[in-house]
Amino acid sequence: MTIAAPATVNPHRPTGKLRSAWLQPLGLVGATLLLIMIMAALLAPWVVPYEPNAQAFGRFLAPNATNWFGTDQLGRDIFSRVVHGARVSMPYALQLVVMAAVIGTVAGAIAGYFGGWIDGVIMRAADLVMAFPDIILAMAVVAALGPNLFNAVLAVVVVSWPIYARVVRSLILTLRDEPYVQSSRLLGASSGRALWKDIRPNVAGPVVVLAALEYGHAVLILSGLSFLGLGAQPPTAEWGSMVSEGAKYFDKWWMSAFPGLAILVVVLAANFLGDTLRDAFDPKSAKAFR
Amino acid sequence: MQQPIKRAWYALPSLVRFILRRLAIGVLLCVGVTLVSFTLTQIVPGDPVAASLGDQASSDPETVAAFRQRFGLDKPLPEQYLIYVTNLAQGNFGESLQTRRPVADDLAKYMSATIELSLVAMTFAMLAGVALGIIAAVNRDRWPDQVIRVISLAGVSVPTFWLSLVCLYVFFFQLGWSPGVGRLSPGAAAPMNLTGLYTVDALLTGNWKTLGSALAHLALPAMVLAIYTIGAITRFTRAAMLDAFQQDYVRAARAKGMPERTVVMRHVLRPALASIITVSGMAFGRMLGGAVLVESVFSWPGLGEYAYRSALALDLRAIMGVSLVIAAVYILVNLLVDILYAIVDPRIRLS
Repeated sequence: MTIAAPATVNPHRPTGKLRSAWLQPLGLVGATLLLIMIMAALLAPWVVPYEPNAQAFGRFLAPNATNWFGTDQLGRDIFSRVVHGARVSMPYALQLVVMAAVIGTVAGAIAGYFGGWIDGVIMRAADLVMAFPDIILAMAVVAALGPNLFNAVLAVVVVSWPIYARVVRSLILTLRDEPYVQSSRLLGASSGRALWKDIRPNVAGPVVVLAALEYGHAVLILSGLSFLGLGAQPPTAEWGSMVSEGAKYFDKWWMSAFPGLAILVVVLAANFLGDTLRDAFDPKSAKAFR
Repeated sequence: MQQPIKRAWYALPSLVRFILRRLAIGVLLCVGVTLVSFTLTQIVPGDPVAASLGDQASSDPETVAAFRQRFGLDKPLPEQYLIYVTNLAQGNFGESLQTRRPVADDLAKYMSATIELSLVAMTFAMLAGVALGIIAAVNRDRWPDQVIRVISLAGVSVPTFWLSLVCLYVFFFQLGWSPGVGRLSPGAAAPMNLTGLYTVDALLTGNWKTLGSALAHLALPAMVLAIYTIGAITRFTRAAMLDAFQQDYVRAARAKGMPERTVVMRHVLRPALASIITVSGMAFGRMLGGAVLVESVFSWPGLGEYAYRSALALDLRAIMGVSLVIAAVYILVNLLVDILYAIVDPRIRLS
């Protein structure tokens, strides 16, 4: 079957080394942008010129030398609010990605490793959740629980664990029958030990990559819920709800333009990074979550 | 004893078996979806009666008792679920808190606007996405690929609600190219209701002025809605085509001296297209979700805008109605896509 030597089949694929990923221009750009936003979130109280909720200026000032991003309908400095917004969206999105990744990974691992009816129950539950478009199901969950940021995070966790479960399950199905896992079981290791010691290290990488890719999506859906009035409530300086406030004053473009731009930067950075990391990983595992 | 049934089953053509199996899964999924929505209506903190009736009505004990009996809230949970499903099966989604009309009527009223918007957006997204994906795959790792990679990543990264606002501001407010929000210009009469799709209705009745207005109003929201899906389909098309490029038959075709154009279109795109269609079915679900955000900005009188208003009013029955309908549409679309796939690619039927 093979005519040519396979050595040159994949000249462009980076090798499995993680370090090369950071040398890709896209990955570098993503990492730098993300770092800047993280610094903004950490240092917000020290770097912003004004209090985010102080009504210290004239209303509806267009961007100028004092108020770089202008002011809103209450005379608050939008630049200060946008920087402070990084302290809301980014940590909450991180929290929810970690929660979804842990829940999804455990569910997928149990389903894949034990198989049988447990597998059936868990994966059908995942199918069910995936049958709903995520933002609509999240809207329903928030409407049932009551609109606030915490419930929005819970709602997004509810809709985003299945993807991890699917990826982890498919990885475990192949890993389960690997000789080294089988031999460890034959040497008397419990199934828990086999999962933790032998299988976990091989699943961790793909899950991290998937989480990086999903992080951007988490920021988007969380700010989308806030835009709809179902997440952060005023006067919290949250990007989605700031865009929503700006939409009420349509001709004051700066009110929604800058917070939206902040969302775009964070999501783009996360996706740049996630995409580069995925390419750097084994292309076999990359296939699982295209 | 089960032998004859088994034999009869395997006597069926593989395609029929596949379709029956997928239909059964689809029905099961629909049942499961009602289970999810039933659970959600159960987790409402506090009294579901108060949540559904509103403050005024729930202060009247007679109304509360009637409500409890009507929805069987005094019965055990499994029985409540049965009542719930029976009501759904009869098209009874309950009454909307907000419009004070049956949710089913509201859904029927708003459905066509969303269908029109998402069909146009999906067509647009598939054409653009596949075209960009082909260009990227053919020019793998050269500059067109890099540019398209950044574009498609930007497409899946941009917040839809914000992009809607920006486009509306630029193309309507500043440039005046777009006629603004809504489905038709204010004051214009809707075309005769045949399909509920304004463009099709106007075309069928030969109402050219309305057709132009409907198209002009449709263009901007459809394009904004398509952006995310374009990004997703572009990336998938590229990956699927790169997979196909590795196949031996592609090398064989090249060795025979076929022009590269034919190789790309016939030997690479065609096998890739089957899986692209499957992915598009899934992307359609996400597009229906994105429609909520786009419709709420563009005042597009569809399901998404209805869901948005209902969510703000915490009108749970209406939101559940929207999610059930959209989940059902999504399951149906994916069922059709799978069947289509099985018809195109016989290998799928046997797996």
